[in-house]
Amino acid sequence: MIPSAFDYHSPGTLAEAVALLSRLGEGAKVLSGGQSLLPLLKLRLGQADHLVDIGRIPGLEYIREEGGMLKIGGRTRESALELSELVRAKLPILHDTAKVIADPLVRNLATVGGNLAHGDPGNDHPATMLVLNAQVVAVGSNGERVIPIDKFFLGLFSTALQPGEILTEIRIPLPPPRSGGAYVKLERKVGDYATAAAAAQVTLGANEVFSSVGIALTNVGPTPIRCQAAQDFLYNKRPSDTAIAEAARLAGEACSPSADRRGSVEYKREMARVLAARALKKSIQRAEGR
Amino acid sequence: MTNHKIDVTVNGARQSAEVPARLLLVHFLRENLRLTGTHIGCDTTHCGACTVLLDGQPVKSCTVLAVQAQGREVTTVEGLEKDAKLHPVQEGFWQKHGLQCGYCTPGMLMTGCALLARNKDPSEVEIREAISGNLCRCTGYVNIVKAIQYAAEKLRAQ
Repeated sequence: MIPSAFDYHSPGTLAEAVALLSRLGEGAKVLSGGQSLLPLLKLRLGQADHLVDIGRIPGLEYIREEGGMLKIGGRTRESALELSELVRAKLPILHDTAKVIADPLVRNLATVGGNLAHGDPGNDHPATMLVLNAQVVAVGSNGERVIPIDKFFLGLFSTALQPGEILTEIRIPLPPPRSGGAYVKLERKVGDYATAAAAAQVTLGANEVFSSVGIALTNVGPTPIRCQAAQDFLYNKRPSDTAIAEAARLAGEACSPSADRRGSVEYKREMARVLAARALKKSIQRAEGR
Repeated sequence: MTNHKIDVTVNGARQSAEVPARLLLVHFLRENLRLTGTHIGCDTTHCGACTVLLDGQPVKSCTVLAVQAQGREVTTVEGLEKDAKLHPVQEGFWQKHGLQCGYCTPGMLMTGCALLARNKDPSEVEIREAISGNLCRCTGYVNIVKAIQYAAEKLRAQ
């Protein structure tokens, strides 16, 4: 398949890229790893007059700890995240997530920034970033701004990024001791989008009660879904099988899946419940250092 | 829409061309360079038949623009044989019957080579994970895994 014709630009600096996007206007799209954009263009589900390739801009691929945050360059490839010892040690949930995205060949090109900026509810990072309370840094012609993740996903393929803005960094506050998180995905085969998936991130505070809880779901609604009722239910409670079961039930209620080849509405809702319970259990085990 | 001048090192030889922005790397390899060892399977980023190494990393060349390869190194299945001798991974596929129809084989070979370049002694699970983006509809993967294990052993002995 051949995409309809477009022109290609490969700026060498971020400033040049921003200027190009501003000059070219709405017909221009940012090309990062290309693993979502190029298939869309090839299938002609999407169209672009210009691609601005940010792949030759130095300094956008990194994973580093700074000021209590894990900072990830927007162009960091999923394979780098998967292999990062820092990620494995500090945020196992992020390692869980990276290694179930698409397949190993796609992960050699696909980028973390692209996974978020695409706004596809089937993508895996969004739910994880929600439970980690990440911030997204965007650079445009008006300079840099920081977008809290809860304000980032607006709808199907729609994010808070303005036309002409480039996602340059993801900032994740590093959780305190006795925290743990996990991402659990149900997929028909390697490379498929999730039938459903759940992210959970918890911290155990004084008296062994949850001092923070994050639960979010992938691909069971038009956006990734933060399960507020389930989070509120667990907050300040001790971990127990009954508490987890009730939180998971609330998580299942929070989703609004559509039926497709991956399953019926009822099946997906039930899987969301089951996966939320599994993600919570694994998070608690990790928080307890088990 | 203007053409773009690219210089790409393919199997060690520098190739210069003027290409349209929308030309896919796989078409550049097959049609411009006549390197038809790289196969087009699904053409939708699923099957991995078109896998080539881009700066040593296996990628799906149906989902890379030729212009993105500007200044970079590409290795295709034609680049594996050296001095009329098969690469150990190729030899493994031969010895262990790692193929039936052969359609997925170039992609499997490239992924296998990349795996063994970073992991000299992969476990069966690691091999299966590494090739999980390459689909084979004939063999059930058993002999493909054996072929890569054969190559790993041979490379370690060298």
